[in-house]
Amino acid sequence: MPGWYVEDGPESDVVVSSRVRFARNFEEYPFPSKMTREQGQSVLNAVRDAVLNNSSAAKNFVFIDIQQMSPIDRQALVEMHLISPDLAESQKQSGVLISKDEKISIMINEEDHLRIQCIYPGMQLDQALDLCIKVDGLLEENIRYAFDDKYGYLTCCPTNIGTGMRASVMLHLPALTMTGYIRNILDACSKIGIAVRGLYGENSEASGNMFQISNQVTLGQSEEEIASNIKNITSQIIEHERSLRDQLYKQNPYRLEDKVLRSFGLFTNARILSSEESLKLLSDVRLGVNMGIIKGISTEKLNEIMLLIQPGYLQKITGKPLSPEERDIKRAEIVRNKLGCSI
Amino acid sequence: MLCQKCHKRIANVHFTRVVNNQKVEMFLCEQCANEEGQMGFEAPLSVSEFLSGIMNFGNSAPYVNLASSDIVCEKCGMSFQEFQKIGKLGCSQCYRTFGERLKSILKRLHGSAQHNGRMPKKVSESIKISREIERLKELLNEAIKNEEYEKAAELRDRIRNLEVK
Ligand SMILES: [Zn+2]
Ligand SMILES: [Zn+2]
Repeated sequence: MPGWYVEDGPESDVVVSSRVRFARNFEEYPFPSKMTREQGQSVLNAVRDAVLNNSSAAKNFVFIDIQQMSPIDRQALVEMHLISPDLAESQKQSGVLISKDEKISIMINEEDHLRIQCIYPGMQLDQALDLCIKVDGLLEENIRYAFDDKYGYLTCCPTNIGTGMRASVMLHLPALTMTGYIRNILDACSKIGIAVRGLYGENSEASGNMFQISNQVTLGQSEEEIASNIKNITSQIIEHERSLRDQLYKQNPYRLEDKVLRSFGLFTNARILSSEESLKLLSDVRLGVNMGIIKGISTEKLNEIMLLIQPGYLQKITGKPLSPEERDIKRAEIVRNKLGCSI
Repeated sequence: MLCQKCHKRIANVHFTRVVNNQKVEMFLCEQCANEEGQMGFEAPLSVSEFLSGIMNFGNSAPYVNLASSDIVCEKCGMSFQEFQKIGKLGCSQCYRTFGERLKSILKRLHGSAQHNGRMPKKVSESIKISREIERLKELLNEAIKNEEYEKAAELRDRIRNLEVK
């Protein structure tokens, strides 16, 4: 697998990935919800040609027509964060251009004509922004964007107008969640217009203690300001999470080691693993790896497993649709193989 | 928008509850959401719901009045009432068509209605040129006032050259 998740990134003990996306539209056509079939096809062709007729970009991108894909393949692309759930369900003339390293995806005819998205492992928001700007520049040579001096890039939804930019980081926050301090973080974020997605409280374990932090405001700030806001709040969260992990360990090393290693034992020996249980166990194992309690396993390997055990991807690599029970068995098999367990 | 309970913090939790078989939507800050007994936010906040919330709650009175004289976008057929319902626009022309009504919504959403970021190269060049023309025109007026006619003629030529672009 060539994707971003097999690379190591900075601050990867807390930050799983960094993502930036730009929303863009053609000046001459109505937004996708109001397009005719012909207009939809014109947009699709224009974007595809803008990339594939460019000699240097053409080598690096693959075009996928969403209409031609099976539901399982679509779901796998969603799980890989390469397309959005909305695009996967699209009944319109929609497609996606994906770079070979899977860091860039250009969604065509989602809510907007174009959604340019770049994703990097770890804390690399600047790199993701730079790459987005490059791709945007390439497309701009051939496409006349809907742009207004006052409102910036015009988007279908007024919440994306201006820069059309959403910067987000995916964070693994087990210590903040365990201790309940996550509430303070969420509260602080809400005060400064930063959105947090994920589950906390009862269900945070089931979603693997993963949280996504992103900007809400897109108009009035520059792209760099938006990115640096997210970077600042993220670095503060990282500090809190790390210091809590240390405190938890110092308070009672046996207890934390016991929790982590029990989960590791279950994860690598189970014969049936539900999606929910694996995400919970994976979170404990990740914590163990990050704290040096579990040795010899890389964060990248855990990222890979996180992707592999999702329902769509699981069926994609098996090459056929599986019932939920079959999936749970297959999932346990993959985990055992990947973590090299002998039993 | 501000939290509907405390009216102090920004609302970024949206949830629906069923009261007397009626769906009730609320927009709260995290703190108030917790006090309401909601442990977490379930589905990610749907933007159109969030928006229609912004437009239907709070200071929505002016919109209701304006809506009686509904405006329709010539290019895509989207009406302002339809926009209020779904929270999404139909085309770039809609932004001009719905003018001031939309502007106040943008201000409430973003705290600003002036783009401050990147722009397409073609646009940034034309903006540069029009700013340069403005600057030269000021110099021209100055030159005329000071009776520097040779300089004024030269400035006029430069302005003309730029205006052709
Ligand atoms: Zn509140
Ligand atoms: Zn329109």
